[in-house]
Amino acid sequence: MISVRKSFGATRALKNVSFEVAPGEVHALIGENGAGKSTLMKILSGAHQPDSGTVELEGQPFVPANPLHARRRGIAMIYQELTLAPHLSVEENILLGEEPARFGWLNRSRRRELARQALAELHHQNIPLEAPVGSRTIAEQQVVEIARALIGEPKVLIMDEPTSSLTQVDTENLFAVVERLCRRGVSIIYISHFLEECRRIAHRYTVLRDGESVAAGDMRTADLREIIKFMVGREISDIYPRTPHPLGAPVLELRELAGRPKPQSVSLTLRAGEILGLAGLVGAGRTETLRACFGLDPIRSGSVLIGSKETAHCSPAQRLAGGMGLLSENRKEEGLMLNRSIADNMTLTRYAPLSRCGFIQRARQQQTAREWMERLDVRAQGPGQPIGELSGGNQQKVALGRLLHHQASVLLLDEPTRGIDVGSKAQIYQLIGQLAAQGKAVIFVSSYLPELLGVCDSIGVMCRGVLSEVRPASQWTEQGIISAAIGQACA
Amino acid sequence: MNNPSPAKRLKIIHALNVIGPFCGLLLVLGLFSLSSEVRPYLFTGENFKLILIQTVIVALGALGMTMIIVSGGIDLSVGSVVAFTSVLGATLLVKGYSTFATAAMTVLAGGLFGLLDGLIIAGFSMTPFIVTLGMMGVVRGMAKWVAGNQTVNNPPNAPLNHLMARVAPTQLFPLPPGVWIAIGLAAVISVVMRQTVFGRYIYAIGSNEATARLCGVRVRLQKVMIYALAGLFFGLAGLMQLSRLTQGDPTVAIGLELDIIAAVVIGGASLNGGTGSILGSMIGALIMAVLRNGSNQMGWQNFTQEIIIGIVIILAVGLDMFRQRRTKNAGHS
Repeated sequence: MISVRKSFGATRALKNVSFEVAPGEVHALIGENGAGKSTLMKILSGAHQPDSGTVELEGQPFVPANPLHARRRGIAMIYQELTLAPHLSVEENILLGEEPARFGWLNRSRRRELARQALAELHHQNIPLEAPVGSRTIAEQQVVEIARALIGEPKVLIMDEPTSSLTQVDTENLFAVVERLCRRGVSIIYISHFLEECRRIAHRYTVLRDGESVAAGDMRTADLREIIKFMVGREISDIYPRTPHPLGAPVLELRELAGRPKPQSVSLTLRAGEILGLAGLVGAGRTETLRACFGLDPIRSGSVLIGSKETAHCSPAQRLAGGMGLLSENRKEEGLMLNRSIADNMTLTRYAPLSRCGFIQRARQQQTAREWMERLDVRAQGPGQPIGELSGGNQQKVALGRLLHHQASVLLLDEPTRGIDVGSKAQIYQLIGQLAAQGKAVIFVSSYLPELLGVCDSIGVMCRGVLSEVRPASQWTEQGIISAAIGQACA
Repeated sequence: MNNPSPAKRLKIIHALNVIGPFCGLLLVLGLFSLSSEVRPYLFTGENFKLILIQTVIVALGALGMTMIIVSGGIDLSVGSVVAFTSVLGATLLVKGYSTFATAAMTVLAGGLFGLLDGLIIAGFSMTPFIVTLGMMGVVRGMAKWVAGNQTVNNPPNAPLNHLMARVAPTQLFPLPPGVWIAIGLAAVISVVMRQTVFGRYIYAIGSNEATARLCGVRVRLQKVMIYALAGLFFGLAGLMQLSRLTQGDPTVAIGLELDIIAAVVIGGASLNGGTGSILGSMIGALIMAVLRNGSNQMGWQNFTQEIIIGIVIILAVGLDMFRQRRTKNAGHS
C-alpha cells in the first residue's frame, strides 16, 4: 500500500494536497497549467524538498533526498521533457547510472541483455540497441525513457504529460505499456491535461487547483464536465477595461499554416482593430504559430497573407519592415537584452528616426525612450538604467514599448502578462485596447482564460497543433475553451 | 536506390564515422603525391618514420584532449604544460636525478596541473575555456621562471634523449620507443573509453550533463579525474618534447594546444561534447603531421603551411557537420 499525504504551509506552489495510490493502480492527476502538479511530482522524485507534510511509501514515512535516492527506493519518474543523452546508444541510455560492471569494467553482453529485456517488456524489441538515441523518433525516445525507469524494478512510476509529443498511434502503444505495468503491480501516477486519455487508462483521479487537491473520485464513472468545473473554479473579475474599437479590413490571414514540427494547421483572419485570442494548453503550438508567422521558424506548408499578398517565407527582418511585431513569451532569454539600458531595448528595431548617417544620436534616443516610459508608466530611474534591474511588469512594458516605437500595425503578443503583477496586467490590457482603437491588429496568446475572455474580440483554441474555428469571444465560456483545448467536443 | 534495414544502415554509418578521417588522411597523402618532385621522398620508409615521430607529441596530447573534449570541456593550457614539464625534466636531469625519477616527476607534474584545472572547473562550476586560458599564462610563466628565462640543455648521452631519436634501420622494430609508447597508450585509452564505466560516463557527461547527474553519475568527481588523467598525458608529451629537442625550452610548443584540438576535431569529435573516438583523434594527429611534413617537402614557406592547415580544419569540421546531419536523417526515416 502506498499512500501519499501532503499539507504544505505557506508555499505558493502547493498548499494542501493529499492523495493515495494503491499498487497496480493508475492514478490520474489533473489540473490546469500552474496548478502545482509539477511541483508535487518534483517532491516525490526527490528534485525538491517539501516544507512540511508527509509522504508515505508502503506505510513508512519517506522523503527522498535526491533523484537517485528516490530511484533506489522504487520511485521512477518520466519527465515531460525527455532527459536522454542523445549521443549515447539506446542500450547505454537505458542502463545509464546502473551499468553492470566489475571493477569498473563494463559487462557489455549483460548490459545488452538487460536493455533487451526492458524493451521486450514494453513490446518494443524493434528499437536497435546500438543506435544513438538522438537519431530515433520522439516516440521511440519516450519508450527508451520508460525502459530506463523500469530498470530499477520501480514500485511507483510517475509520468508527466507523456503523450504531449506523441502521435495517436504512439499514444495507443504507450497505453498498452501502462496497462501491462499496472498488471505487474506497479503504481502509476499519470499527469495529463487530456481527460479523455485519463478516462481510458486511469482508475481514479485527483484534481489539483491552485496548489490544493479539490476533488477526487473514480475515473471510470466520473463526469468530465464536473471535473472541468473543478479545474477552473474561479470567476471572471472586472479588471478588463474595454475601449470600443470598430473592425476594419483584414490585415493578416493565415491559411492552413503548418510549421516544423508544430503547428499542424492554423487558419485565421485578423482584421485591423481586432484583438484575436489564441487559447490552448502549453505545447499546443500557439507559440510556434506566432514564430512561424513572424519568420522565426520554418514554414512547412500553407500561406501567410498580409493585406491579401502572399508572403509565406520571410525573415524576421522582413516581417519587422512590413510592420509586424512579436512579443516573446520568454522575456528574459529572448525578448530583452537584460544588461542593456531601457533606451537600447526600446529603440533596437527602429533606429532610423534617431540617427543621422548611421550614427545614433544619444540625446534623441534617450528623449524618445523617456516619452514612451511616460506613456507606458514605466517605473525606473531613467532611460539609461539596465533593464535587468526593473520589475517583471516594467520589463514587459518596455518590451511592449519596443513594438510601439516600431509602429507595428500587427502585434503578435505571446503571454504578455506572464509573471507580472496585477496592476501592470491591468495597464497592459488597457494598452492593448487602445492599440486596437487606433486600428492596430493584435494576436493575443495566453494560458489565462479570464484575460482572454475579458480582452479579446474573438478567440480560437489550439489543440495538438490545430486551431479550431475562431469565434466571437461572447460565444465562448471558460468551460468551452478548456473542453476544446483538451480535445473534447465543445460543451 | 535500395533500402538497407535500419540495423544494416546503422553499421554503415558507424563504419563511415571511422572511415571518414581515414579517407581524409589518404586524400592528403594523395594530394601531396600529385607533385612529381615530392612523390619519391614522401613514400619512403624513412619519411614515414619521420612522420610518426613528428606525430607523437600531438598524438599524446590528443589522447588527453579527446577525453576532455568528449566530456564537453576544453584545455587551452597544453602548450604551456608541455613547455613547463620539458623544462622541469631537463632541470632534474642536470641536477643528477635518475632517468626514471625524472620521467615520473615530469609526467606527474602534468597530472598535477590537470588535477588543479579539474578541481577549479568542477569545484567552482567555472567554464573550462576561461580556467585553462588563465592556466595557459600561469604555467608558461612558471616554465620561464624555473628555466631562468633560457633553455636548459640535457646532459649529453642522457638515456631520455633516445626516447624520440631516430634509430638505425637495421633494428627489428625501426622506430624509437616514444612511438611505441604512444601507440600502446592509444590502444589502452581506446579500450578505457569504450569498455569501462569511467569511459562511458565521459560520453554521458558530454552528451547531456543534467541526465548524467539524474542517473547517478558523480559528475564533479568524474570531471576532476578526466582533467587529471589528461594532464598526465600532457606531461608525457612534455617528456617527449624534452627528448626530441634534447633540451628544455620554456618558449616551446606555443599554440600546440590548437594543433591538438584540431587533430581531435578532425578525428570526428564535437566541441559540444558527446562524440569522438581515440582512433579518430589518432588519425587526426597523423593528418596534421602529414600536412606539415608534405608542406616542408614541397618547399612551402611556414606561412603557407599555416594557411593550408587552417583551411583543412574548417573543411574537416564542415564535412563532419554535413555527415552528422545526414546520419540524423537516416536514423529518422
